[in-house]
Amino acid sequence: MSIAPTHMATVPGTVTSWYEASARTRIRLLLDPGSFMEFIGPEKREVSPHLKVFDLPEQFDDGIVVGRGTLGGSKVLIAAQEGRFMGGAFGEVHGAKLTGLLRAARDIGSVPVLILFDTGGVRLQEANAGELAIAEIMRAVIEAREAGAKVIGLIGGRAGCYGGGGLIAGCCSGLVVSEQGRIAVSGPEVIETNRGVEEFDSRDRALVWRTMGGKHRRLLGGAEVFVDDTGQAFRDAALMLLGQVGGFELSTLTNEQARLEARLRDFGGCADAVDIWTAQGIADAATIPALPADQFIALADRFGRISHDAR
Amino acid sequence: MTLDEVLASLFPAGHDVQNHGGVVLGSAPLRSGERALVVGVADRISLGVNDAIRLSAYVLRSIVRDSGPILVVVDSDSQRMSKRDELLGLNEFLAHLGKCLIYADRQGRPTIGVLYGHSAAGAFLATALATRVLVGLPGATPAVMDLPSMSKVTKLSVEVLEEKAKSTPVFAPGLDNLAQTGAVQVVWDAALPLVDQLETLLASLPDSDDRRGQLGKQRGGRRKAYEIAERVRGLVLQSR
Repeated sequence: MSIAPTHMATVPGTVTSWYEASARTRIRLLLDPGSFMEFIGPEKREVSPHLKVFDLPEQFDDGIVVGRGTLGGSKVLIAAQEGRFMGGAFGEVHGAKLTGLLRAARDIGSVPVLILFDTGGVRLQEANAGELAIAEIMRAVIEAREAGAKVIGLIGGRAGCYGGGGLIAGCCSGLVVSEQGRIAVSGPEVIETNRGVEEFDSRDRALVWRTMGGKHRRLLGGAEVFVDDTGQAFRDAALMLLGQVGGFELSTLTNEQARLEARLRDFGGCADAVDIWTAQGIADAATIPALPADQFIALADRFGRISHDAR
Repeated sequence: MTLDEVLASLFPAGHDVQNHGGVVLGSAPLRSGERALVVGVADRISLGVNDAIRLSAYVLRSIVRDSGPILVVVDSDSQRMSKRDELLGLNEFLAHLGKCLIYADRQGRPTIGVLYGHSAAGAFLATALATRVLVGLPGATPAVMDLPSMSKVTKLSVEVLEEKAKSTPVFAPGLDNLAQTGAVQVVWDAALPLVDQLETLLASLPDSDDRRGQLGKQRGGRRKAYEIAERVRGLVLQSR
């Protein structure tokens, strides 16, 4: 166990993959240089009080970095999950740091929150505390949005955005996703364990990507912006999305109800993502998983569903 | 208790609540003369996209039309684990249901969860845990995840997990363990009429601020969550 240095020495342009980057590197790639200030950083050693019961190592930041900074010169609050620690899972301390950040955003009302998801969901070794943390975060996201704060999720890490993380993502004002950014509630292994390999073969990686991956979520309207796997692309998309997403009021929910009802009506009978993409009018839908990012973005701009003011 | 028993004890003057294959929809009169909207999940069904969209539609229709509290009665499995549900974006459907309940609560339609059976994982988050006050009934068996799935993820055997579950309330399934964390505010007495306990609750309802952190600290089930959240909030506000 060691404290990761806040500013790791990297040569610009060498570590640009969002997927490969650590939580701290992602924050540095995203925000204006030198603008980040962390709250309850690793030097405070606020570790999980529960992991020692399982003889598991602790991490001094409990796998999440929260703080403030600027993006394009404007103030933002930011939280980044570390997918390499316990799969980025929500534990008591981990979750409470994000809850506090969101409640501050509610109190301020005008400063947006960026959540860099990288999570398998609830940390099962402290399952009750983690589950409740997610419930508190969902409520805090809604309270922040009601108060006028935009909450943007960025998803493209190793752990994806699973379990309760998927529900929190669904509460955000908007989402940026890369191809690697899987969003789902039940993970592939969990579906296979409970329902059998006939229902979902977790070792079929192509099936996992096209069912839960970023391309499908973008085409379906589950995420607003698809980006290539670079820090610069996520930064540009976050800036763009902050200028586009709507508020949170009754019409947001009635629009979302209509949006999701239309999805069930149009695609509810489809057995596979390729069938959905075909039903969306895309020719050669089976080639989508192999499309380079720039070609996919052009295609998604034509055929993908939009969810502004409806989430 | 069964759903019928719960509803009969909550609403002795009658109700029009119906169970549509596990999706509970309806309303019932309160002693105040107001009507409560009643929604929920019964028969331990897993909550999938088709169920969630019916529940959210019902809540949204009521938000614009009615007044009074919303009761969310829950005896569910976890979220529906299937290729189809995930393909269609189950996370959005469950989040949407949770958002509708939280929005309603904050717009003057106080939400009260009544956990009378099982619930788990995503279904729990989208229903019972998205309410202002969560009531547990004796015999309720909430769980974040079943032990076989937990075993798969933690790489610990089911036997080891069962052993640890006996001594570790923060991870172990069960109503008392969840109450310790602050998730369940009160456990009602099933031997007394539920209507009296409901009316007592309605008469002294807290505002819609989330107090589960304080409760978990008082009860000792989550000693750090409230303090950490408040510290971060304070640091952000100070640094402006």
